[in-house]
Amino acid sequence: MKLLNKKNAGILLSLIVVYGLVQVLFNNGILNQYYMMTLILVCIYIILSVSQNLITGFTGQLAIGHAGFMAIGAYMSAMIVVKFQGSLLLGLVFGAIIAGFAGILIGLPTLRLRGDYLAIATLGLGEILRIVFLNMDYLGGATGLSVPKTIDWTWAFWLMVISVLIISNFINSSHGRACISIRENEIAAEAMGINTTKYKVMAFAIGAAFAGLAGGIYANYMYFIQPTTFSFLKSFEILVMVVLGGLGSTTGAIIGAAVMTIGSALLADYPEMRMLVIAVLLIALMIFRPNGIMGNKELKFNFLNFKKKGDENGTT
Amino acid sequence: MALLKVESLSKSFSGLKAVSNLDMEINKGQLVGLIGPNGAGKTTVFNLLTGVYTPTDGTIIFQDKKMNGLPPYKVSSQGIGRTFQNIRLFDDLTVLENVKIAYHQHVSYNTLSGILRLPNYFKGEAEMEEKSMQFLKIFDLDKNADELAKNLPYGQQRRLEIARALATKPSLLLLDEPAAGMNPQETHSLMELIRWIRDEFDLTILLIEHDMPLVMGVCEHIYVLDYGMVIAHGTPDEIKNNPRVIEAYLGEEAI
Repeated sequence: MKLLNKKNAGILLSLIVVYGLVQVLFNNGILNQYYMMTLILVCIYIILSVSQNLITGFTGQLAIGHAGFMAIGAYMSAMIVVKFQGSLLLGLVFGAIIAGFAGILIGLPTLRLRGDYLAIATLGLGEILRIVFLNMDYLGGATGLSVPKTIDWTWAFWLMVISVLIISNFINSSHGRACISIRENEIAAEAMGINTTKYKVMAFAIGAAFAGLAGGIYANYMYFIQPTTFSFLKSFEILVMVVLGGLGSTTGAIIGAAVMTIGSALLADYPEMRMLVIAVLLIALMIFRPNGIMGNKELKFNFLNFKKKGDENGTT
Repeated sequence: MALLKVESLSKSFSGLKAVSNLDMEINKGQLVGLIGPNGAGKTTVFNLLTGVYTPTDGTIIFQDKKMNGLPPYKVSSQGIGRTFQNIRLFDDLTVLENVKIAYHQHVSYNTLSGILRLPNYFKGEAEMEEKSMQFLKIFDLDKNADELAKNLPYGQQRRLEIARALATKPSLLLLDEPAAGMNPQETHSLMELIRWIRDEFDLTILLIEHDMPLVMGVCEHIYVLDYGMVIAHGTPDEIKNNPRVIEAYLGEEAI
């Protein structure tokens, strides 16, 4: 069975170890609430950056509206949970689906644009989504909405794992390759029979749905959501993580999200230093590693393969 | 019965008539050349045939179907494959992936099976890999399958373009200057290869080329384009002796 080769089994095993280790440390009080929050935020940001990477890094579309889709997921899942007393899972799925549909609706007209124009259009639409929620009194408007905290480490961690798995499986399928061909050369992709509009919108919708899922996790963890959380600065933050990790590298996006989130948490006591350090870090990166930490390469977990010369048909 | 029939095809770019009143008929199995001086509109004709440009006027009929206004990906799925004058490979992908992408329109599993890794994903991928490797083998590129396309030497990049176009399973193949930048020896082996793939894949080929020995050697019928108009067409011998062709290429005084 190709699904359960040694390498995949190794990855699964190390995921279980990481999950268990954090859970045990938290239960014994060695990890306090603050560290736990940082780790859950890392999971949320990994979902966001990996899905943004699908749109920008793999399909090559510079869209900066991720915070808007995150807002849809957050508010829709909160609506299900708070207003309709639905279950958490239902809320998360509903939020993700609505965000995905919004991705299709927004993607169809805007993905005809290229480069900077697409960036500006999606930036604007992201802000419009935020303002819609700002004026929606049913969902709290500007004062925000209280949501019970039901997300714990188990939810956040495994939802993150499933999201990354789905997105990387998509990228490694023929349909994912069709998306990558758009990034590589749109004219040639069309000439090879790839419906570029369809695959752009597909990547955009999948990306948006996972941004919605991340938003749902965020809303059900943070007790309280407010439209200002989902401003365009959030979109930029996600984009920076992707660029930091390396456009077109899933493992890079994961590293980027982890580095940025943990870095911000470490510098939380010095808010004015925080932006300065991040800025310097980014400038240094652009000078010394303009392609990001990973470039477009993937971290291959071949050391988990136990064989010296194994075949490489794994997830990376 | 003509495989491709083009009638009074025209294309103007805000006043400039790049192609005007082009008539062309290509029969199944023919190997046809399209020649003409620089700027005669040869590549524009290719772009019109493949749907990159929409014709201002005229009709394109391919296998009894009207092709005007179809987007390029639909033209490709109807069975017209092409290569590009300035090589357009998927540079940062491997040679094998380049061919696999061209094979995508014949993929046998859907997005969901790909995401969930259902058994037909593995079957489809294995089949795709096998077929793609066959194409690479024909072009002697199977040893380079895992190299990035951008790292191939120029001649091999040209051949990969042809391999990739073939993977879309076309019935009409458009080659835009396949021998550009090749030395006489490479050109000669390319000539053999073009003839061979025509017979092997039961193809019809239309090629643009500046290399006269290649065109005269391989094409059965030649269209000569100048200022967007067909000034002559016929067998290589007829073209060689046509005064209008000589005039277009060498200028009036040469006559």
